[in-house]
Amino acid sequence: MDHSSDNLVRIRGLHFRFGPRVIFDGADFDFERGKVTAVMGPSGIGKTTLLRIMGGQYKPDAGSVHVDGVDVPALKRRELFEYRKRLALMFQNGALLTDLNVFDNVAFPLREHSKLPESMIADLVLMKLEAVGLRGARDLFPEECSGGMQRRIAFARAVALDPMMVMYDEPFTGQDPMNLGVLARLVRKLNDALGTTSIIVSHDVAETLDISDYVYLISDGKVAAQGTADEIRRSGVESIRQFLKGEPDGPVPFHVKAPEYRKDLMGEAA
Amino acid sequence: MSHLIDIVVAFLRGAGRATIFFGLVLAAVPSALMRPRLLAQQVYAVGVLSMVIIVVSGSFVGMVLALQGYRTLVGFGAEESLGVLVALGVVRELGPVLTALLFAGRAGSAVTAEIGLMRATDQLSGMEMMAVDPVRRVVAPRFIAGFLSMPLLAAIFSVMAIGVAGGHLIGVQLLGVDEGAYWSQIHAQVEFNDVWNGVVKSVVFGTAVSWIAVYQGYHALPTSSGVSDATKNTVVMSSLAILALDFILTAFMFEGV
Repeated sequence: MDHSSDNLVRIRGLHFRFGPRVIFDGADFDFERGKVTAVMGPSGIGKTTLLRIMGGQYKPDAGSVHVDGVDVPALKRRELFEYRKRLALMFQNGALLTDLNVFDNVAFPLREHSKLPESMIADLVLMKLEAVGLRGARDLFPEECSGGMQRRIAFARAVALDPMMVMYDEPFTGQDPMNLGVLARLVRKLNDALGTTSIIVSHDVAETLDISDYVYLISDGKVAAQGTADEIRRSGVESIRQFLKGEPDGPVPFHVKAPEYRKDLMGEAA
Repeated sequence: MSHLIDIVVAFLRGAGRATIFFGLVLAAVPSALMRPRLLAQQVYAVGVLSMVIIVVSGSFVGMVLALQGYRTLVGFGAEESLGVLVALGVVRELGPVLTALLFAGRAGSAVTAEIGLMRATDQLSGMEMMAVDPVRRVVAPRFIAGFLSMPLLAAIFSVMAIGVAGGHLIGVQLLGVDEGAYWSQIHAQVEFNDVWNGVVKSVVFGTAVSWIAVYQGYHALPTSSGVSDATKNTVVMSSLAILALDFILTAFMFEGV
């Protein structure tokens, strides 16, 4: 499991459930420092939950979660906030503050956590916005920006404090091909330029594999496969091939478990 | 029977959660007070923007009280006491209670909807992940703004009802009650305790409405119906709480007389 000795994140025997639904059933993960690691799998499999567990928003039912040596589930509220200053989570919908404009959104973490003078904050914000190509959109409000622009603003905000780890939750979902390429290149570029560690949760196969150093595929609450992007592409495992090729049926069934169709229609199902 | 037990348990659980949340909000108050700009924005949104409805309502309530009071008092030749009737009714009861009900509908519902939508669109989770405590950054300033604004709005309501457009306009200007008698009777009969009791009530109501509003918004389900339910709950629960608390406070205040 230990694919490198320099792991920023080490998760062992992760168990987590929402009510009766088992999300993780003894999964192990290692995320290497300075690399882009992807966690892939079908929708609803628990990818976002994994990010929230690493961010301390959910506590696992069992197992250990260590990030840079910090035992995340054991953190108290105050310690948790200190820990979170060193990481960033980019939400699927951007989670931009709708009553602030683009500039103020990116400046938000700087103003909250630093005592920098406003002139320096302005310079830092413009540098981050330049990196994502939106320096010219600084005065717009989130609702005036397209979905792709909102993701890029969220990118800029996520890296405003130069975090040790950036977690991206479905960064490519719902984007047109051009935006998708832009966003994928940005993830890679920001990771390498800032020397941070990136974790991408996604089900956009091609783009994610293109920019990832290492990939985890999860299924049924466990790690179904892992390896470099090339190893995953070449895999002969049927369930991996089904996922990568987007086939509707296979080892992962198209239909959710249900009573027999005829009996259901006839009203005979229990 | 088991259904009844479920309801009682759910109520107690909700009350417990609301109490813990109240403690968290109170603990966040000092840090929110250190950010006057943020606080001023919320006082403007919650208090200043509620002024129009308070001024208009206060005026009409004062006018109605004057008309109704005059009809009764004039039969006993006591129309010069009109000022006292309007003033005591407004300062002791109608000012704080009606202001609080209007405040719950205007500002309480807005605060709940705003915080609830922030929850539904992951803005609160986003803040948490940026190591910014939403209770300090979002909830506490709105709570303080409600706490501060309510007594001031109740005072404005009373001034409008008694002195400006309400009782004075109808009683003195329209119905011809002597202006000197109108004011001197108020001066003689309305005691400091009456005003103080009104202030206490408006502070209690302001605290209750603000607490309910921020709690409902913060714990709204992150769906459109969840936010809608939370907003409705704020108005319904605030209104019931205001009326129940008014009864309790009035009972204690009369006991003290």
